[in-house]
Amino acid sequence: MNTLIRSTASCLRSGVAVYLPRQADGRVCSASARLLCAAAGVHKDLGEMVKKDKVVVFMKGTPAQPMCGFSNAVVQILRMHGVDDYAAYNVLEDQDLRQGVKEFSNWPTIPQVYFNGEFVGGCDILLQMHQNGDLVDELKKLGISSALLDAEKESK
Amino acid sequence: MLPRVLRSARPISTSLALSRPLAHFRPHMDPDPSRPVERAIRTKLTDSLKPDHLEVHNESHMHAVPPGSESHFRVLVVSSLFDGLPLIKRHRLVNEALKEELSSCVHALAIQAKTPEQWGSNPTLVKSPPCMGGSKGDHTVEEKLKAGRD
Repeated sequence: MNTLIRSTASCLRSGVAVYLPRQADGRVCSASARLLCAAAGVHKDLGEMVKKDKVVVFMKGTPAQPMCGFSNAVVQILRMHGVDDYAAYNVLEDQDLRQGVKEFSNWPTIPQVYFNGEFVGGCDILLQMHQNGDLVDELKKLGISSALLDAEKESK
Repeated sequence: MLPRVLRSARPISTSLALSRPLAHFRPHMDPDPSRPVERAIRTKLTDSLKPDHLEVHNESHMHAVPPGSESHFRVLVVSSLFDGLPLIKRHRLVNEALKEELSSCVHALAIQAKTPEQWGSNPTLVKSPPCMGGSKGDHTVEEKLKAGRD
């Protein structure tokens, strides 16, 4: 649990630092171009963020305190599989992130789940993957052994 | 000589109805005229995905938004257009069909996207998780509610 809180806190800290709009190569931008520069900045950061960790979740609230039932469902599913070392970004803390991730993923809702830099889907998809066994396989590909798989082995 | 009634052509609608598996038949829920967003969702999903079965549930009452809101929906779409498509592609098709609603007044959209075979073997609607109150005081949601009212 402490590891989770620490990793969540570090994500929130790095999250705030990362979303400052970056000037494109120091050139002077016009107003509309500045918006594009800022948007491009967020997208570039998101591109890095989703690859930095094997499992990345954009959610409302934090794993310790989710602020949305669907985000909580994602947290609970990952917890069930014993995945507690993942990057969780709270979109409620940053409106640029909240809008940016929707554009980046071309996905209109939160929560959003990434595995190895690849967009997996939202709560509905993760739930289905959990129910049909695909999630155990996908975690295995990430080098993560699901706790449910271990539990199954122990019961045999 | 066949009786005349057997020689007459069957109406096209009847022959189509007979070719559909009756197990999938469910009466459509009548759209509520005072629910324009629900109506729009139903129309757009019907037009773009040609579903065998479609359910549109307004779940706004389960969330921290005013009564009568049309902000949180759950849709169940059963369509053969989903054959061979992974879940993410199916969901993207639904998102694309409802692009306008999702960018204006719909804040949350839960999706079940099944092929007719999948629906036939497991005809159950997933229940949404309980709300954790995140919509309350969320100005993005407030903007969407306002967009829905206008």
